[in-house]
Amino acid sequence: MIAAALMCQATPKGKAMFVAPAYAQTPATDAETHTETGVADHGAGEPAFPPFETESYPSQLLWLAITFGLFYLFLKKVALPRIGSILEVRRDRIAQDLDQAARMKEEADEAVAAYEQELADARKKAGAIAQEARDNAKAEAEAERREVERSLDAKLGEAEARITEIKSAALKDVGTIAEETAGTIVQELIGGTVDKKSLTAAVKAVGQ
Amino acid sequence: MATDPIHQFQISKLIPIEIGGLDFSFTNSSAFMLATVLGAGAFLFLTTSSRGLVPGRLQSISEMAYEFIASMLRDAAGSQGMRFFPLVFSLFMFVLVANLFGMVPYFFTVTSHIIVTFALAILVIGTVLVYGFWKHGLKFLNLFVPEGVPAALVPLVVLIEVVSFLSRPVSLSVRLFANMLAGHITLKVFAGFVTSLSAFGAVGVAGAVLPLAMTVALTGLEFLVAFLQAYVFAVLTCMYLNDALHPSH
Repeated sequence: MIAAALMCQATPKGKAMFVAPAYAQTPATDAETHTETGVADHGAGEPAFPPFETESYPSQLLWLAITFGLFYLFLKKVALPRIGSILEVRRDRIAQDLDQAARMKEEADEAVAAYEQELADARKKAGAIAQEARDNAKAEAEAERREVERSLDAKLGEAEARITEIKSAALKDVGTIAEETAGTIVQELIGGTVDKKSLTAAVKAVGQ
Repeated sequence: MATDPIHQFQISKLIPIEIGGLDFSFTNSSAFMLATVLGAGAFLFLTTSSRGLVPGRLQSISEMAYEFIASMLRDAAGSQGMRFFPLVFSLFMFVLVANLFGMVPYFFTVTSHIIVTFALAILVIGTVLVYGFWKHGLKFLNLFVPEGVPAALVPLVVLIEVVSFLSRPVSLSVRLFANMLAGHITLKVFAGFVTSLSAFGAVGVAGAVLPLAMTVALTGLEFLVAFLQAYVFAVLTCMYLNDALHPSH
């Protein structure tokens, strides 16, 4: 009704196009019966531009308060805590996963260290076993060598003893033969017999 | 009427309501406020309903908005400022979604009315004043007396500070309102050129290419402005809230 009055004032100025069709359809008769309101509105300011039409302010303020108020409450009570908790959970989860990864890495490092320790031990042990085997073999070889040497020595001694025996026997035989031969030669040369004693002494003296 | 660039800002009553001689009708503006709130609320609610540990695309948008505003507020007002996070986030989402809804053809732009933006600005400044005085008492007035100013200059500086404080709600609301209003009018005027030029036959149609290209470019610009103004509104809100938390300069 107010706008209808407005339209009456606005039309002569050529501003009819700024008036909403809803208002424009208001029966013109209304304008006559409410001239006072039209005047009052004129005092409130230039109304042709919608954002400055003060009569729409109470409605806009009320509905803004209702809608924005509910929006604020909804966000504060429901939406924002939910998004906040989603982000929180994710942050926690990431931190937890990082912790776990660090722990696993530590475990892996420990395992590697243990493995290397074991490897070193095994190597040392293997070395010891090899050394022992080598030593045993050497000792065995040595013992065998000694055994062989000893038996060789024994055989050598035996052989030497036999040689000496044979030699002495031979030498003894040589004396006897020489005596007999010398006796025979002397007998043949000078005839007669030569006593055995002097023969032995003579052979001995030659032998020396 | 259709080519009138102002027509898009017209308020029309959908459900007339009158209380105590004042008009509280449910209008197209109220409808779009409701749509803005429902749209933004439903988006934030539904995209996060799966509470995915690995977010989908839409959940990422909600989370990005959350972290964007949270870091903005923390940078400007420190961790104490986080008590105002729901307020700043609501303001940002409301303004952003209202601006973006306004970009849809035939939709009403809630933020193109000064009373709406002014009410939001007063909400911010009111929060600053109430919280500032409640938290700091009269020390809150230190806000108007910067340290290290010579005594002789203090009255002048205080006057300037008071004026600048009082102009905050005005600049905050007029910036948003004027940007949305001017953008939509410009868009409508250039789009109007296209239709009126093409009425002049072949030459007109050829000539209409230029305003058409301009309309396309402006549409892109307006989407940028829609976001930028919501961002600016939120940033300034954070800075003003910082004054309430830490009044001494």
